[in-house]
Amino acid sequence: MADSKYVLEVNDLHTSFFTDSGEVKAVNGINFKLEPGKTLGIVGESGSGKSVTAYSIMQILAQAGRITSGEVLYKGEDITKYSEKEMQKFRGSKCSIIFQDPMTSLNPVFTVGYQLEEAIMLHTNKNRAQARERAIELLKLVGVNDPEKRIHQYPHEHSGGMRQRDMIAMALACEPDILIADEPTTALDVTIQAQILELMQKLQKELGMAIIMVTHDLGVIASMCDEIMVMYGGRVCERGTADDIFYAPAHEYTKGLLRSIPRKENMNKKLVPIGGTPINLLNMPAGCAFCPRCDEAMKICLTEAPEEIRVGDTHLASCWMNIKEAFENSKEA
Amino acid sequence: MSEEKYLLEVEHLKQYFPVKEGFRKVPLKAVDDISFAIKPGETLGLVGESGCGKTTVGRTLLRLYQPTAGRIVFDGEVLFDSEKKIDVDMHPFRKQMQMVFQDPYSSLDPRMTVEDIIGEPLDVHKLYSSKGERRDKILSLMETVGLNAEHAMRYAHEFSGGQRQRIGIARALAVDPKFIVCDEPVSALDVSIQAQVVNMFEEIQEKLGVAYLFIAHDLLVVHHISDRIAVMYLGHIMEIADADDLNNNPVHPYTLSLLSAVPIPDPETARNSKRIILEGDVPSPLKMPSGCPFRTRCKYATEQCAREMPPLTDRGDRHFVACWNK
Amino acid sequence: MDNREMKKSFLSAQVDVSKFNAGNFEKATDDEKRQQDVMGESTTFFKDGMRRLRKNPLAMGSIVVLVAIILAIIIAPHFVPYSYDEVITVNGQRDKTMTNLDFMCYSDKELAYMEETGEDLFPHIFGTDGLGRDYFIRVIYGTRVSLAVGVVAALMVVLIGIIYGSVAGYFGGKVDLVMMRIVDIIYSLPDMLIIILLSVVLKEVLAGKLAGTVLSRLGTNMISMFIVFGLLYWVSMARLIRGQILTIKNNEYVLAAKCIGTPNRKILTKHILPNCLSVIIITTALQIPSAIFTESYLSFLGLGVSIPLSSLGSLANDARAGMQSYPARLVIPAVIICLIVLALNLLGDGLRDAFDTKLD
Repeated sequence: MADSKYVLEVNDLHTSFFTDSGEVKAVNGINFKLEPGKTLGIVGESGSGKSVTAYSIMQILAQAGRITSGEVLYKGEDITKYSEKEMQKFRGSKCSIIFQDPMTSLNPVFTVGYQLEEAIMLHTNKNRAQARERAIELLKLVGVNDPEKRIHQYPHEHSGGMRQRDMIAMALACEPDILIADEPTTALDVTIQAQILELMQKLQKELGMAIIMVTHDLGVIASMCDEIMVMYGGRVCERGTADDIFYAPAHEYTKGLLRSIPRKENMNKKLVPIGGTPINLLNMPAGCAFCPRCDEAMKICLTEAPEEIRVGDTHLASCWMNIKEAFENSKEA
Repeated sequence: MSEEKYLLEVEHLKQYFPVKEGFRKVPLKAVDDISFAIKPGETLGLVGESGCGKTTVGRTLLRLYQPTAGRIVFDGEVLFDSEKKIDVDMHPFRKQMQMVFQDPYSSLDPRMTVEDIIGEPLDVHKLYSSKGERRDKILSLMETVGLNAEHAMRYAHEFSGGQRQRIGIARALAVDPKFIVCDEPVSALDVSIQAQVVNMFEEIQEKLGVAYLFIAHDLLVVHHISDRIAVMYLGHIMEIADADDLNNNPVHPYTLSLLSAVPIPDPETARNSKRIILEGDVPSPLKMPSGCPFRTRCKYATEQCAREMPPLTDRGDRHFVACWNK
Repeated sequence: MDNREMKKSFLSAQVDVSKFNAGNFEKATDDEKRQQDVMGESTTFFKDGMRRLRKNPLAMGSIVVLVAIILAIIIAPHFVPYSYDEVITVNGQRDKTMTNLDFMCYSDKELAYMEETGEDLFPHIFGTDGLGRDYFIRVIYGTRVSLAVGVVAALMVVLIGIIYGSVAGYFGGKVDLVMMRIVDIIYSLPDMLIIILLSVVLKEVLAGKLAGTVLSRLGTNMISMFIVFGLLYWVSMARLIRGQILTIKNNEYVLAAKCIGTPNRKILTKHILPNCLSVIIITTALQIPSAIFTESYLSFLGLGVSIPLSSLGSLANDARAGMQSYPARLVIPAVIICLIVLALNLLGDGLRDAFDTKLD
């Protein structure tokens, strides 16, 4: 149990879903390390495996889903080997998750306060009165006005933004080391999204937790994350600091993505879209997952999946284009 | 205003829905007195948060709802005028005004093949003389939106979101309309697909000269595609101006905070810019504040704002703003 | 270009370039790329549902049982030389020993006859009843009647329910309000009481009018039961269809059809009803057993088919008297009712699992 520098380390994680139509490899060998107090952004489109990665860490996969290999180290300890009971203790107290839809994440038949108190009492030995005090404190922390009153209300009496605050309060009940946010603002309006993002940043500063931000929104990623991991078709395309990814993308998918979103620079120009259609996980290409849509695709991309190589101090990418560059360099030399 | 020819003019449009509150029926003012105009071949972007009534505007224009009051003029013909009691039969106009929907999953009938979906408007308006002509038209429409002709006999559920949205666009184009309401057509799509669809909208406009009312909540996309942008808040238009003008010189405090709330996909800008964070939530449209609906979240709000809704006034260069203080 | 230089050194340190040749890094052609990206095989909604249904062993078992029963009631009367209302005679003579025979037995006279002539008589598979009628053929006819009643009643209910429910659901507003209140009123009527009252009243009214027609064979009880089914039992179906239509109506494709200018009638028949179809089929499958149950129940009470026609319920009722001596006569129709009802219910569930999924 070496006290690791990292709060979370994921090594070669594979997660599959076993469906009627065969095995779906939703997450296919991903690696990352997360330092305490940092924010990791996982970005990708639907079916890229970004949410499944988050769920695999929490081990809250749907029935048919299973981690098939790899390890998830929490402070050096492999939690994939945990029993369900140990996992229950881990979830909530060490690592919490908030979901996209705050409407369905809260139970409509209990008051917000009751649900918060339950979450607190589950992981601490506080009694109900102490738990209530803590619940009010938490709601104050997440910026809910008038928490003494709000605590007696039912989820439907809270607006979408407030419900997401409730969820964050619940996730923070035991001051976890890691907060996983699965598309936390996708269902919210921009002005409310800005409130929630601001809140998450403020809480991170105060409580020093690490955040894993799962989203498809490059804007959210850019404004929130220290490190970014780009996923496509269950694999990691590249990972690095925010500046690496946005200013020196080293994978054709990331490059295409950045070209295709409207930004200040290309406002009056045509967007350059990525062609083709998103990948079908049941029908994965043999080589690089992105090659059917890649403009630069080469022969080798069709047959072999690229290895991850380092392209900068903090920057790793899995794209044959980088290896091609190395190949050409060596020929020149 | 009169020297320019507008394709669509909307004046003082109101759309209330009766909502039961106990035994009383109270009006939900989804759209409350809005006016705007769209030129042929122009794109007007309509932005706002959920519940601000932007979808209702689109649907009222196409008369999927019966407007409560106001006046709608399309291509020189009055479609609706509550004062003069004009209310024409929409059937012939459905050939000229069409709609593309938000959800590519629920907007296509799962029991129909692509050919039948695109063919439906042709059938309804009898736009062909023979089976062969129908098929040719469908295939050329599929080509326009970048669909493979081999897929004509497939069912909608076999396609990905982006392809379905293309089918929806082909259906709207089938009647050769002059005006299309695009109701959040890209917000349900993956980021990598959005650009394909946005580009297609632009190409179609260049080729066919259609005008769009482009409804969306993603300000960056709206900015990219629109010539002019209208910002809505709780049933009112707060600001309307040319797209670049609105983005560079926003006047209304709501537009200002909306623009600054958009997360910019650029870490450098994100680090340096300061967001204006709006306090609180959008009030319920059933409990609308008096006067200006934005005053409950506005830091400039005065007594006058509580008394009266500010009118849309021209601040030069066709930049209209509805605010007492700015 | 510091960055580039750095990258260069990084790359060459990590990559063993000797593994590759220039051919590896040639551009792939569009065709090659396309081969990687194939669309799945085309399936229709129906095919997809059938594929799921075939994987459900309970539903497939139910289909086998139902098909076996249906084949039996179609084929059996052709090779069994007895009739359901025929008191069996040997050489034109009544036989006292013919009654209450056990399974596969012959009466004394039949045995004697066979010995005398050397001719093989058809065995009485389920024996005979108290009047000396072949029980097997009576059960077959009883099953025929019960199934037919079930199917006809269910179809009637479905038809009325669809028409009523779709009109109420599609037009909504005041139309819906009035129509659904009528449904509520009908719901509050005690159905059994009405069947009993109607059958008493109709017996008198219909008896004269029906004489000589095919319907008279069914009996006034049956006819009144159909009428009651038609009058009362469609309400739950109507409610269900209305609920379905209200949900489907909110789909954007219905809005899109309105936008195009598709007339109301076409929207209903082209878009809404086809999308209700799976629910309709499933409820029909579940409606048949309930009709069979009602029929059996009424026949058991003596209000069902008229003598000498048999239904599974009336057979069970007849068997009640000799329950202790001849339990098989009660058990056989009871088991068949159970089999049919169970099979239809399981099939209905299977259909629901297979077809009533959201397409994604």
